[in-house]
Amino acid sequence: MKTKRGSFWSWLWIVLGALYFILPLYSTFDFSLRAKKGVLSFLAYANVFSDPAFWSTIGFSLEIALFTIIASLVLVVPTAYWIRLRLPQLRGMLEFISMLPFVVPAIVLVFGLIRVFSGAPFFLTNTFFGTDALLVAAYVVLALPYVFRSVDTGLAAIDVISLTEAAQSLGANWATILIRIIFPNLKVAILSSAFLTLATVIGEYTIASFMVGIKAFGPYMSLVGQNKTYESSSLAIISFLVTWSFMGLIQLLTRGKTDSSSLAGAH
Amino acid sequence: MAFLSLSNLSKVFGSTTAVEDFNLEVEKGEFVSFLGPSGCGKTTTLRMIAGFELPSTGVITLDGEDVTYKSPNQRNVGMVFQSYALFPNLTIGQNIGFGLQVRKLSETETNKRIKEMLMLVHLEDQINKYPYQLSGGQQQRIALARALAINPRVLLLDEPLSALDAKIRVELRLEIRRIQQTMGITTIYVTHDQEEALVISDRVVVMSQGHMEQVGSPTSIYNFPKSEFVAQFIGQLNMLPVTQVDLQNHTCLLAGQKVKFEHSPERKVSDTPKLAIRPEELQIGTGEGRNALTGKVESVLFLGAVVRLRVDVGGILLSADFLNERTRTLPRTGDQVVISFPEYSCWMV
Repeated sequence: MKTKRGSFWSWLWIVLGALYFILPLYSTFDFSLRAKKGVLSFLAYANVFSDPAFWSTIGFSLEIALFTIIASLVLVVPTAYWIRLRLPQLRGMLEFISMLPFVVPAIVLVFGLIRVFSGAPFFLTNTFFGTDALLVAAYVVLALPYVFRSVDTGLAAIDVISLTEAAQSLGANWATILIRIIFPNLKVAILSSAFLTLATVIGEYTIASFMVGIKAFGPYMSLVGQNKTYESSSLAIISFLVTWSFMGLIQLLTRGKTDSSSLAGAH
Repeated sequence: MAFLSLSNLSKVFGSTTAVEDFNLEVEKGEFVSFLGPSGCGKTTTLRMIAGFELPSTGVITLDGEDVTYKSPNQRNVGMVFQSYALFPNLTIGQNIGFGLQVRKLSETETNKRIKEMLMLVHLEDQINKYPYQLSGGQQQRIALARALAINPRVLLLDEPLSALDAKIRVELRLEIRRIQQTMGITTIYVTHDQEEALVISDRVVVMSQGHMEQVGSPTSIYNFPKSEFVAQFIGQLNMLPVTQVDLQNHTCLLAGQKVKFEHSPERKVSDTPKLAIRPEELQIGTGEGRNALTGKVESVLFLGAVVRLRVDVGGILLSADFLNERTRTLPRTGDQVVISFPEYSCWMV
C-alpha cells in the first residue's frame, strides 16, 4: 500500500514537471502553426527556411561554434591533463577560474573585450577576421565552465598518472600520449563539452549582437522576434530542435560506454 | 662493470628524505627484489631507475650509459604497474604493439612480436579483446607482455601482484620468474611481500626508512640477517629478553635457564640484549648438545601444514613451529613441555 502511494506521488511530480516543460513548448509550436488564418500550416517555417539570412546566420554561428570547440579543447584538455598529472594543488584554483563566466555577466565581458581590443596595441575590432577571432575568444570563456567540468570529470575517471607513465616507459613523447592515449579516453567527455559549447554558441545573443550584430544566429532570432510574430515562434522551435538533436547525438555516440578506468580494474 | 649501477642515490621530497645514499650493482640477467615496509623508499628508487623521479644526488648507469637525467621515454626500460595501466581504448594486441609502433617498426614485425608476446604469457586468444574484458591476472600478464615487447634493457615491476587475490598471486609470481629466466632480462621487482621476494629473486635488497638494510641471496637474508630489522621483517622471529650475557663464552640466561648461542665479534649487540631464534628451529623434546628450555604450553594454533605452539618459559613467551604430521599427538594447552634448539640456530641482537 505504501509503495502504491509512493508511486502515485512520484508519477504526479513527473507529470507536473513534464507539463512545466512541455506546455510552453507546445503553445509555442501551436502558435507557430497559425501563420495562415483559420488553418494550421508550416507557413512560418517555410518563410524562415526561405530567408537567406536564416541560412547565413546559422552557418556563421555554426562556424564560430566549431572554432570555439577546437580552441576550447586545445586550451582546456592539455591544461586539465597537466594539472592532474603534475600540479594537482592548482586544481581548486582552476575550478574557481572556470566558474567565473557564471559570475561575470556577458555584457561586462563584451564591453571589456571591446574596450581592450579596439585600441592600441590590439586592433582586433577593426577587421572582420579580428572581430570573429575575438568572438571565438569570448565564447571560449563563456564555454569554459562546461568544457572544464566535462574534461576534468573525464580525466578523473581514468588513471592519468599510470597511463602516462606506462606510455612514457614504452617510448611515447607528450604528443603521442595526448593524441593516442588521453584524447581517445576522453572521447565521451570531449563530445559532451563540444555539444554543450555548440548549444551555448548557437543561441547566444549579448556578445554576438555587440560584436558582429545580425551576422550571428542569436541576434537574427531576436530581430525576427521583433518583426515577425509567427516566424519568431518557429525559430524558437527550430533552435530547440537543433539543440535537442545534438543532445540526442551525444546519447547516441556515448551509448554503451562506461567509465573506462573502473572497467580496466575489473577482475 | 655492472649492467645497472646505482651510486650514492638519494631523493628528498621537501623535508622528507625518501631514499638516502643507495648503492647497488645489478648484473645482466639478474632478478633483484626491493623489499620493505610502506614508505621505505623502494618504489621511489624504482621510479628513479625508470626516470619518473629525478634523483636529488647520485648517478644511475645502465649498460655503461649514464641515464640519470634521461627522460623515461629515452631509457628503453619496461615498466609493469600495480594498477596494470593498460590503455582502455586499445585492444590487447594494440596495447602490446603500442611501444613497437612508437618505435616505428613495420606492421609485419609488430604483428609477429605481438603474437610472440601473447604466446609467452599464454593468452594468444585474447588479442582482439579490450582490457576490461580480461581478469586482473590476465591484465597483468598483458601488462608484462607489453613491457617486454619493446625488448627493454631492464624490466621494472612495481608491486605487480598486490591487486590480485592470493592464489593468482602465487601462480603469477612463478610465471614472472619463468618468463624472466626465458628472456634472461635484468629485472628489478618491488614488493612488500617477503615470501614473494624470497621465492622469486636472485638477490633481495631489504630497505627501511630510505636506507638499504641488507643485500643478499634469499637464503642468506633469511638465515643470516644482519640487523634486528631484517631479522624481524623477514619471516617469524622470537626475540627473547635474556640476562647475564657472556659474549666470550657465548652464554646467557633465559628465564633463569642457561642457553648457549652463536656469536661473531662483528655482530653488534644492543644495550638490552635479546636472543633471536626462528620458530622453526625449535623442537619438542631434548637432544644431545642442544639448548633445552622447560615451559608450559599457552596455546596451540593449527595452521594446516604448520602447527604453532606458544610456550611460556618463566614468563617469557616463545613461538615454536612444527610441520604437521597426521600421526603426531599434539601437546595441549597447559601441558609441561621441553623445547630444544641447537646453539648455532640462535644469535644475540
